[in-house]
Amino acid sequence: MVEFVLNGEMMQADDASMTLLDFVRLERGLTGTKEGCNEGDCGACTVQVASMEDGELVHRAVNSCILLLGQMQGKSVTTVEALGGDHPVQEAMVEHHGSQCGFCTPGIVMSLAAAHIEGRQDHADVLAGNLCRCTGYAPILRAAEAVAAQPVPQGPDEAALLEGISGAGFTELDEFADWYVKNPDAVLVGGATEVGLVLTKELKQPEKFAFLNQITALQNIEHEIGGMRIGAGVLLARVRGAMVGKYPQFAEMLRRFGSVQVRNSATIGGNIANGSPIADTPPALIALETSVTLRKGSARREILLEDFYLSYGVQDRAEGEFVESIFIPEQGDTLGVYKISKRFDQDISALCGGFNIAVSDGIVTKARIAFGGMAATPKRAKAVEAALIGQPWNEETIATAQAAFAEDYTPMSDQRGSAAYRMILVQNLLKRFYLEQTGTGRVRVVGGIS
Amino acid sequence: MSVAKSIPHDSGPAHVSGEARYVDDYPMPANCVHLAFGLSEKSHADFTLDLAAVRAAEGVIEVLVAADLPAKNDVSPTPDPEPMLAEARVHYIGQPMFLVVADSHLNARRAARLGKVDYSEKTPLVTIDQAMAAGSRFGEAVTYSIGNAETALAAAPHRISGEMEIGGQEHFYLEGQAAFALPEEGDVRVVSSTQHPTEIQHKVAEALDKPFHAVRVETRRMGGGFGGKESQGNALAVSCAVVALRLNRPAKMRYDRDDDMVITGKRHDFRIKYEAGFGPDGKIESVIFEHFVRCGWALDLSHPVADRAMLHADNAYHLPNAKIMSHRLRTNTQSATAYRGFGGPQGIVGIERVIEDIAEALGLDPLAVRQANFYAPKGDLTPYHMEVEDSISTELVAQLAETSSYAARRVEIAEFNARSPIIKRGLSLVPVKFGISFTLTFLNQAGALVHVYADGSVQLNHGGTEMGQGLNTKVAQVAAQVFGLGVEAVKITATDTGKVPNTSATAASSGADLNGMACKDACERIKARLVEFAAEKWGGEAIFSDGQVQVGEHSMSFAELVTDAYMARISLSATGFYKTPKLQWDRVTGKGRPFLYFAYGAAVSEVELDTLSGENRILRTDILHDVGNSLNPALDIGQVEGAFVQGAGWLTIEELRWAEDGRLLTAAPATYKIPCASDIPDQLNVALWDGANLEKTIYRSKAVGEPPFVHGVSVLMALRDAVKAAGGDTGFDAPATAERLLMAMQS
Repeated sequence: MVEFVLNGEMMQADDASMTLLDFVRLERGLTGTKEGCNEGDCGACTVQVASMEDGELVHRAVNSCILLLGQMQGKSVTTVEALGGDHPVQEAMVEHHGSQCGFCTPGIVMSLAAAHIEGRQDHADVLAGNLCRCTGYAPILRAAEAVAAQPVPQGPDEAALLEGISGAGFTELDEFADWYVKNPDAVLVGGATEVGLVLTKELKQPEKFAFLNQITALQNIEHEIGGMRIGAGVLLARVRGAMVGKYPQFAEMLRRFGSVQVRNSATIGGNIANGSPIADTPPALIALETSVTLRKGSARREILLEDFYLSYGVQDRAEGEFVESIFIPEQGDTLGVYKISKRFDQDISALCGGFNIAVSDGIVTKARIAFGGMAATPKRAKAVEAALIGQPWNEETIATAQAAFAEDYTPMSDQRGSAAYRMILVQNLLKRFYLEQTGTGRVRVVGGIS
Repeated sequence: MSVAKSIPHDSGPAHVSGEARYVDDYPMPANCVHLAFGLSEKSHADFTLDLAAVRAAEGVIEVLVAADLPAKNDVSPTPDPEPMLAEARVHYIGQPMFLVVADSHLNARRAARLGKVDYSEKTPLVTIDQAMAAGSRFGEAVTYSIGNAETALAAAPHRISGEMEIGGQEHFYLEGQAAFALPEEGDVRVVSSTQHPTEIQHKVAEALDKPFHAVRVETRRMGGGFGGKESQGNALAVSCAVVALRLNRPAKMRYDRDDDMVITGKRHDFRIKYEAGFGPDGKIESVIFEHFVRCGWALDLSHPVADRAMLHADNAYHLPNAKIMSHRLRTNTQSATAYRGFGGPQGIVGIERVIEDIAEALGLDPLAVRQANFYAPKGDLTPYHMEVEDSISTELVAQLAETSSYAARRVEIAEFNARSPIIKRGLSLVPVKFGISFTLTFLNQAGALVHVYADGSVQLNHGGTEMGQGLNTKVAQVAAQVFGLGVEAVKITATDTGKVPNTSATAASSGADLNGMACKDACERIKARLVEFAAEKWGGEAIFSDGQVQVGEHSMSFAELVTDAYMARISLSATGFYKTPKLQWDRVTGKGRPFLYFAYGAAVSEVELDTLSGENRILRTDILHDVGNSLNPALDIGQVEGAFVQGAGWLTIEELRWAEDGRLLTAAPATYKIPCASDIPDQLNVALWDGANLEKTIYRSKAVGEPPFVHGVSVLMALRDAVKAAGGDTGFDAPATAERLLMAMQS
């Protein structure tokens, strides 16, 4: 039994694996929320979910098509119907001709309304997860600008409503850890941005789920002596926030990771544990010498993240074991992160990687380089590192090191890029890093850190 | 005045509140069944089916194969056959083979994957080269020509030649294909997300072996069309109708996004070979084009699409000697279909490539070469022997070059590039001249039905469909204008074959031109009756304005007049009709007047290109576009902006890729990327040209749906300019993905 609030009304649902979109459309007849792609890419199904985070009510725009009801326990969902038609975002969208066919519009309204609560001004980022095929976005961005200064309308007292819900599902980490040892066949659900597609696209129906999003012990970002520990259940939206002052290029890459809706659902643990060779966070984390804590029952072990990835689709994770947290050792910011994709925003990378290179007195003293999209797993470029360390930080060294990528990587060709393209790119990105560290001119067209 | 006003889209408030209803949003009766197709996994094979597992699956009511269909198994928009369910042989990966009827959408989809198929595979023809080598064609090659292209080419002082691939494009309407059917005492009512309700009516009637009058088709709105709902909705509507009558239960079908991308047709991809001869000033003396058009497995609308590409091989330029050949190739891929521009943009990319090559060969600014070749205001002949009578390219481009500071920015960009080794900028101005009318002349007709109720409210129906373009708003403005009412007094209801019969598709940008005129005709008929009635009763001519009617000294509200007219037994309902004048076109010889007029425009785009990665951005785009006297400037600007972004997407990041076996590799939004909010120019300035249509169109406006799509070409050519600045090879294909651009700069 899942209990949550929908448009101010208490809901109870039996099927925890039903998508939130199917629930609102089929069970509740709320057809304002649309199914555009059924895979979290278009945003037509965007709804707002509010929950208590560190004692504060936080509103987040999410894709309801790949959210499972089990994740909604104790949360408050708002669909477009509840905005009433006279919300400032709705009025601005009409006035600025922000809808044409109108199908993406409810999702866009919900994204803008959630951003409006937070007072966000980065409208193009807010909308990266909302595709519109008619307007070319210009009038929508005008509407977003027009509405930014207007007051946020008062909705129902969601915090009070949520207090009325008693807990269900896993809330205690130890309890879950013990259960998972006994139920290692269960599908672990963090944000469901991957699991959701198993249901909606592969049409598989796993027998057993474990929803982790109420286990607050997995959701901490802790600044410990010697580094930063991030719980596996921390949303990527929050990871981005934590990186802004620390590793700004990592934060900038996370700005382009998925979309607002995806980052509001997906967790850092999920992105790591799923083992994709093109997952965007592992390369930068490996370059930062991040370790991962794996837990089985009450036993914990800590390994370097790079050692977690054994081969394509295979990770060093035993039955009943799960990713509990990651630890990024304290270090100065010498990190460059590059994500190359066909489209800048909300696109799976052709390659994504991190260069963590320190130079002292003109000599390279540290080089940790890792890339996704270049091998069957996220992988370090050790030959390149070797070609750099101890060498003078100059163009000659870069040229030698560029050639060494061929020893580290044998990329494949697919619809995101040919092997030749990937190899040229990775070599050029080392040059970009060098130029960014040493040069004065701009060397990228988007997301350069000034 | 109700026309020439920036009235918001009539559905705007319903869009933003979520109340606007699309096919999948209608409450369905409880016994509704849901349908899904079982799809081919092979691109060319004979097959036999074992559907036991499908029939046994949860929620399945029945499963139909081609032999189970009651009458015709055909969903083709032309007389050329296109079976809805494959019969013995499949021709592409994604072709529907069987139809699952189940108790829910999800159960239908699940069951559809359980078919056991025994394939006997044949060699597929996937590429243009494979189809050419095998002689796999739809009809013979078509040639249009004027003058003597070969002789003039040989005699020209300078020559260039080349070849270019131009990719296709997925429509990515946000609302996937959808339809439902309700059985009605042996007849059927269909609600479909379609640009062409009449064709749905015809295909459904043929599939049921019933007269057209037994089928009523309704379309309130589409969640985007872009040509993708001109013929591609037929299979869903026919399936629903067949099942609805077979089971006497409502039936609904919608494609999941990934199924939609695999099953339905897309924009045609082209290879264009070209040779051109020109003078030292860049003036073209002769051009020879050869278009290779990949049509996919079925004919669909490929002939008129390929024709329109030929008809736009000149764009805005006078080609005194020209020869255009077109090969329409049959391949084992999705059947390419209508997509905004309908071949025109591909033809235009061809000639713009020629212009750029000429400029590069002569070391001239491409804008100078363009200006040297524009059609004269009147008198020049197109390669299809139509006299151009309305060319405004010279003045329009001069104005845009001025307002966008083209010349000054040329200098600034050269300076920027000289001091920026990694980031290079590029600039390009590209014009468009787009022919308006269906090239199949009989389609240029439209009807409307207008009722004035006794309270003075007006209900209007026309044959066009609303897909977001604001057609209903524009047509309502026309009705309001005729009656001197505010637009809120006019209600447009769903397009309905029961109200306006024998309609053409809402396509070819023709919606407002055709239906606006038909509506005006109907309104004027009613108005004439009111005028006559008023003259008889009060003496004097009735003037309609601001909801009031003035007859001599006598003044009354429109509603009062209407009520009086009703009491006097005056008919307050009328049909209207319009057919486009002056058209005379022979598509076989390639001679005549296929278009009533041309719509013009131009765009200047500036881009920035990273020479290390091929990544790029559009910094600024300025567009000046000709819509004649705008019926609704806000809606027109919306069309221009949206079309530009869609066109730029087509030529940059939107890449369709097929594997060697014909499998579409980019069959989901995870792999096929349409532009998102951050991809649009930092600065996008759109202005409308100030000038009336010379032809007597609806309030002298011009069609706007397709022509501005071509403005995206300015981005492609600006990228070329940047690649040139980087010393790269400018002969790259489209779409110009970051990969293509980076590889072009490796030379």
